[in-house]
Amino acid sequence: MVREIQFRLNGKDVSVICDPLKRLLDVLREDLGMVGTKEACGEGECGACSVLRDGAIVTTCMIPMGAVQGCEITTIEGLRETERGKCLIEAFADGGAVQCGFCIPGMVIAAESLLASNPHPTNEQIRHGISGNLCRCTGYDLIVDSIRLASERGNGLW
Amino acid sequence: MRETPIGTPIRRLDAISKASGTQMYLSDYRFDGMLYSRMVRSTVARGRIAAINMPPLPDGYYFITHKDIPEGGVNELYMIKKDYRCFAEGDVRYIGETIGLLVGPDRGVLLDLEQGIVIEYEEGVPSISIEEGLACKGGPFVGDRNLFCDFTIDKGNIDEVLAKAYRVVEDEINTGWQEHVHLETNAAVAEKEGDKFIINISCQCPFYVRKSVAGLMNRPFEDIIVRQTTTGGAFGGKEHFPDILAGPLLVAVNKIGKPIQLVFDRHEDGAFSVKRHPSRTRFKTALDKDGNILGMDIDVVYNAGAYESCSYVVLQRGVFHAAGVYTIPVTRVRGRAVATNTFPSDAFRGFGAPQTLFAIEVHMCHLANELGIDPLELKKRYFNKKGDITVTNGHINDTVVLSEMLQQVMEASGYAQKAATYKPGSGKGIGISFYNHGGAFTGNGEQMIIKAKAKLHRRADGIVAILVGSTEMGQGLQTALAKIVARVLDVDQDRVVYDNPDTSCVADSGPTVASRSTMIVGKLLERAALEMKERWEEPGEIITQAEYQHPEGYPWDQSTFQGDAYITYGWGVCAVEVEVDPLTREVITKGVWSSHDVGVPIDELVVKGQIHGGIIQSLGYAAMEKLENTAKKGFKQVGLSDYIIPTSMDFPAQTATLVHNPYPYGPFGAKGMGELVFNGASAAFIDAVSRAVDTEIRSIPIPPETLTELMKHGA
Repeated sequence: MVREIQFRLNGKDVSVICDPLKRLLDVLREDLGMVGTKEACGEGECGACSVLRDGAIVTTCMIPMGAVQGCEITTIEGLRETERGKCLIEAFADGGAVQCGFCIPGMVIAAESLLASNPHPTNEQIRHGISGNLCRCTGYDLIVDSIRLASERGNGLW
Repeated sequence: MRETPIGTPIRRLDAISKASGTQMYLSDYRFDGMLYSRMVRSTVARGRIAAINMPPLPDGYYFITHKDIPEGGVNELYMIKKDYRCFAEGDVRYIGETIGLLVGPDRGVLLDLEQGIVIEYEEGVPSISIEEGLACKGGPFVGDRNLFCDFTIDKGNIDEVLAKAYRVVEDEINTGWQEHVHLETNAAVAEKEGDKFIINISCQCPFYVRKSVAGLMNRPFEDIIVRQTTTGGAFGGKEHFPDILAGPLLVAVNKIGKPIQLVFDRHEDGAFSVKRHPSRTRFKTALDKDGNILGMDIDVVYNAGAYESCSYVVLQRGVFHAAGVYTIPVTRVRGRAVATNTFPSDAFRGFGAPQTLFAIEVHMCHLANELGIDPLELKKRYFNKKGDITVTNGHINDTVVLSEMLQQVMEASGYAQKAATYKPGSGKGIGISFYNHGGAFTGNGEQMIIKAKAKLHRRADGIVAILVGSTEMGQGLQTALAKIVARVLDVDQDRVVYDNPDTSCVADSGPTVASRSTMIVGKLLERAALEMKERWEEPGEIITQAEYQHPEGYPWDQSTFQGDAYITYGWGVCAVEVEVDPLTREVITKGVWSSHDVGVPIDELVVKGQIHGGIIQSLGYAAMEKLENTAKKGFKQVGLSDYIIPTSMDFPAQTATLVHNPYPYGPFGAKGMGELVFNGASAAFIDAVSRAVDTEIRSIPIPPETLTELMKHGA
């Protein structure tokens, strides 16, 4: 069974015809060619496939397309074009947050989600904010530092 | 004008592309006409394949097995030895052994086909644990003792020392399997270009992949081109394991002629990939009546799994690190790698050293407990110093600055005051550990086996390209090597480029393993850059090359394992403070402090990232990363819901310092460091927990349920 699902993706109206049980992750990566969103666990544990749905962070491996109808989805491809996204990416680069990089698009999404609700988080709040995103390389400290750096540099952006 | 130190951080070359999501990884690529594939694997740990009952294959679908190996090809993947088969043939040795590869255009159909395959086995009795392997449960399947290797190194006569000792303290320390959990799973796409086979693959060692499949395909090396794709973490898990994907894929491409992708999902990667070797280390330590250590008899056994792969080499490193950072007057170390019917164990950050370093650290704590002194006081007495004789009767060549590093960690952590105040069993504890890591290949391996080469190319556009087979896998190597070259040439950083290697274009600089790449390949590039600098005014393109030269005066005999196993070591000190919940036994880590000697850091921020990440992996290894294996089901914790790695909430922010201790043969004084930083935090954590609960701990990991059991029943 397929049906048409309409949603907004990075500010543009999109319509896809697919099984409503198909994962948002697969539609993004395969049908729409947006491969910045990564798959690492496939069970909602690691956060590598995170995007924003109506401003809230979700793991796209757990989101069926039926749950996307009428929603606003922001992926790393959209976020990186915004001032906030650019600030985060620059801060991640300068703060040493990036090693293998596979978790990082999801981490940037998590950082955006956090700063949107709390523009000046404490280190503990940052740790909580990225606790749904696993990283095997960094031990998290430099990611925390980088998000704090973005928060400082982006004064007023969030 | 004072020059900026080399270590002053620059922005990593790969940071922006990775953070913005534009960096492509293997599974992000699409090839024209690309087919997909799924591995069909053994579901029993030991047995004979009686029958493979296939469902009907639709048009365009294939099932590739050993029968499809090209004429003249051999069913092998040549790693260190040639014992590892590409496809099971006749028998199976472990759950997850490759039997065949299903190939076709639709992944849903492939999954259905896989579920429709019925393989009948005549099951044998498998051995899973070290003890079962040593006991040859079910009969030996490697030699007559199930041992891939068994060797002993002596320094002095331990039997005499044990015989005349005032007392002998015996101990046994065990460590478990550990999964790499590189966030990018194993992945490859093979294809044909004209007469050449191409394999695009997430890997550490493109030239290893090429070597492993040449005999299988019955082709010269030049006919197989390996292109590394940006690798989303590896940690040793992509050293030899990519061969397991490359072999069946190339056999399939040879038959089908179209590009074929093989990407593991997380559960496959957890259940059916290599792991860190479980270990059992036994000590008999001779003490005199004043509590001095006279000698140690150390017996090391690693669970190698069903094929040797690199286990002999892993075990050598474990054995050579068995006395830790301590100079013990007389030692004997025996090492055995035992064959079991488990997924083959393989390289993992530290490469055999973490197991024995953990064991010696814990044992030293137990000795201190026996003697009624603080472990730190005992350990300090035996610190290695320059000129000391090692367990292989070679020398410590480094100026060892452990005391200075200890001072840094003592000051940062408040160790002395906390160790005195936190009473045993109070629920609070602080622990401390010391460790090292021999740089580069063991002994004369760099000279005799690797023979690394590096190449630089100043192109017509004036850009200087680094042409080496060494790979970026997240550790920051592209940045480190490009920095070295730019610094020597005295050009802007953006004039130096370093793309993912392609074996048809780059020099074979050896595998990206053994913490050797900055120290060895970096030095080669420094030399190549110096030559290029001298020729800089020449018009047009310039190519310069350098080959490895072994420094004189560091003898090593690989047949007897005697001499300088390593010319130099990185060194580390780590302190960990914990609180243990008296009811739940949950361990809360309150602080982590470390100091490392990496020679001279090429980039302080890259080094910091390695330290923090390595220490968290090591803490996960000790605290939570439980991985069980059963004869019927294989690995039990295979997804990230079950196999628990640290999150951002599990450990606090670290304090890490460096001492500068230039290494004369490294570029700008740099030594290896990627593995060193894994080697010690686990022991400091266990020391702290042992003190907090006043119970000796002899086995890791210790999740709360294990700690509860231990405290109920004693060690």
